[in-house]
Amino acid sequence: MVATNGMKRIVIEPVTRVEGHGKVTILLDEKKQVQQARLHIVEFRGFERFIQGRPFWEVPVLVQRLCGICPVSHHLAAAKAMDWIVGGEKLTPTAEKMRRLMHYGQFFQSHALHFFHLSSPDLLFGKPGDPLSGFAADVAIRNVIGVAAKFPDLAVQGVMLRKYGQEVILRTAGKKIHGTGAIPGGINKNLSIAERDFLLKDIDQMVEWSRSAVKLAKDYTVEHLEKLAPFGSFDSNHLSLIREDGAMDIYHGNLRAIDSVGKKIFDQVDYRRYLDYIGEEVRPWSYMKFPFIRSLGPEKGWYRVGPLARVNTADFIDTPEAEAARKEFMAVTNGKPNNISMAYHWARMIELLHSIEKIKDLLHDKDLQGTDLVVKGERRDEGVGLLEAPRGTLFHHYKVNKDDQVVMANLIVSTTSNNEPMNRAVAKVAKDHLSGVEITEGLLNHVEVVIRAYDPCLSCATHALGQMPLTVELVDHEGNLVSTRSKN
Amino acid sequence: MPNVSGESRQTAVLLIGYGNPGRQDDGLGPALAAAVERLRLPGVTVDADYQLTVEDAAAVAQHEVAIFADADTAGPGPFYLRAVEPDATLSFSTHSVSPAAVMGLARDLFGARTRGFVLGIRGYVFNEFEESLSEKALGNLAAAVRFIESALRSGVFEETPGGTEKPSVTVAAPVSEE
Repeated sequence: MVATNGMKRIVIEPVTRVEGHGKVTILLDEKKQVQQARLHIVEFRGFERFIQGRPFWEVPVLVQRLCGICPVSHHLAAAKAMDWIVGGEKLTPTAEKMRRLMHYGQFFQSHALHFFHLSSPDLLFGKPGDPLSGFAADVAIRNVIGVAAKFPDLAVQGVMLRKYGQEVILRTAGKKIHGTGAIPGGINKNLSIAERDFLLKDIDQMVEWSRSAVKLAKDYTVEHLEKLAPFGSFDSNHLSLIREDGAMDIYHGNLRAIDSVGKKIFDQVDYRRYLDYIGEEVRPWSYMKFPFIRSLGPEKGWYRVGPLARVNTADFIDTPEAEAARKEFMAVTNGKPNNISMAYHWARMIELLHSIEKIKDLLHDKDLQGTDLVVKGERRDEGVGLLEAPRGTLFHHYKVNKDDQVVMANLIVSTTSNNEPMNRAVAKVAKDHLSGVEITEGLLNHVEVVIRAYDPCLSCATHALGQMPLTVELVDHEGNLVSTRSKN
Repeated sequence: MPNVSGESRQTAVLLIGYGNPGRQDDGLGPALAAAVERLRLPGVTVDADYQLTVEDAAAVAQHEVAIFADADTAGPGPFYLRAVEPDATLSFSTHSVSPAAVMGLARDLFGARTRGFVLGIRGYVFNEFEESLSEKALGNLAAAVRFIESALRSGVFEETPGGTEKPSVTVAAPVSEE
């Protein structure tokens, strides 16, 4: 840790209850005021080298190794890119619906895990009328075990919702660690009647619990709006895929970007042209790039992705209960985009409900038992696949040679797009809550809470035994360690 | 299989091997799971995933013994087997959870009395995208497979601290109340 420009750096590492390893550096000026925050993400590099030379049809399986949290998102984004390579981008109804079912299952389990087991400890242990007190609640109870002890029904629901999503994935993608469901130009299996009936057995319970989760998130946000609204919040642009009629569509669509008041920056852009609209800035202190909307430049063109951005950009949601929930959500900001960081949780639960409504619809669709699984057409040497992953827009772009080997891969993952927004969120929290130059447990918790709202996947780190302590370090402007705080 | 009193009875065992096979020796857990699955041992349910997550608690609760097989970055080689107790005092977790937390959730949410063990297999390289195990890790994996196959066939699970394949402390599998 090196002090620069007379500024003092306070380092928090790693951020807990977000995936992978990360640390936060809060830069203070000479007056000990917060000037900037930097979320350092240990992004694993080398994927391009790993995948170069591999046959393109292996890629949808190989990319799952990128992330143990959202392997399905990478699997499907890569498959969509490879659809273009084999000329099979116009999928059969069975193939597209099987992929969608897999994708909604992924959304469902990911959002359920995040809300019930990662974020609910932040939301459930505050004093009445003071949500921020919950962020600083005793760490001995502010965790999933604490939720299990005080709110056992919620904890069980979280487990069972997550389990249901995993069951959907298992029946569409195959094995958890070697999912092979999506292949270039289609899918390798349909959904049997037995599998369909198995998933239908619990569907109504899942819908009911999802409905309750939306209410929980809504009531919490609305009840505490005055104090939550400024917490780590700021105006921003928002970006997502959108269906041609303006509906939310997490599997396929065109790109739409809006500004903080809802004005369209671009709309219905074919995502294969993403490089014309999205640039990536490199900053010397981070391996992770900073994407931006080219027409606005790096300073003003950064944007948010994920549940908040998707609910903001969509004109409507095409399932009735999620649409009703969306209208309530948008009413809080009079129909304008919601720029409250903590509103991510509410938006995420609206998507949870949308996902299970979609799963229910699909399970009643006979196309899932179809046998026309793969299409192929004119071979191409380049493919781009985009979809909305649980954490936001996911870009996969590949080039292959005549021998079918991958020669170029470019990925923009959701957390990369939210890189600048998370820095802004942490800076806002630090400005509002840092007192002196000591990292208190309370400040640490506040920083964690706001980062967690974005549900980042900080790296595709290994998860071997013996890793992930939490250490907080305070370093003075000469680089001396002033104090340190750790917890396991 | 013999239980603690030596009677022949089949213990319901869940073995979960977890880790990322695309990250070199982090794939030791899934590799062990694959090896055990090929043995097709009666009463043994085998699962593999990138990491442990909360829903594993529901599966753990349905078994008498749960074995969590993972790569270890710094532990004693070639492997160790340690009992793991449900932990209700964890202060943080990631999207993945620890074996102790899974055990804690199984106990607190589902009333499970499952006995848990961590099978840590020493790995050495984790920092590249490469879908293969190092030579030393392969040797450790082979030793761990021999050890766990013997334990699964006998139904007796014995802690071993590593550095040897011989057990030092005997921990018998629980007796079914059914």
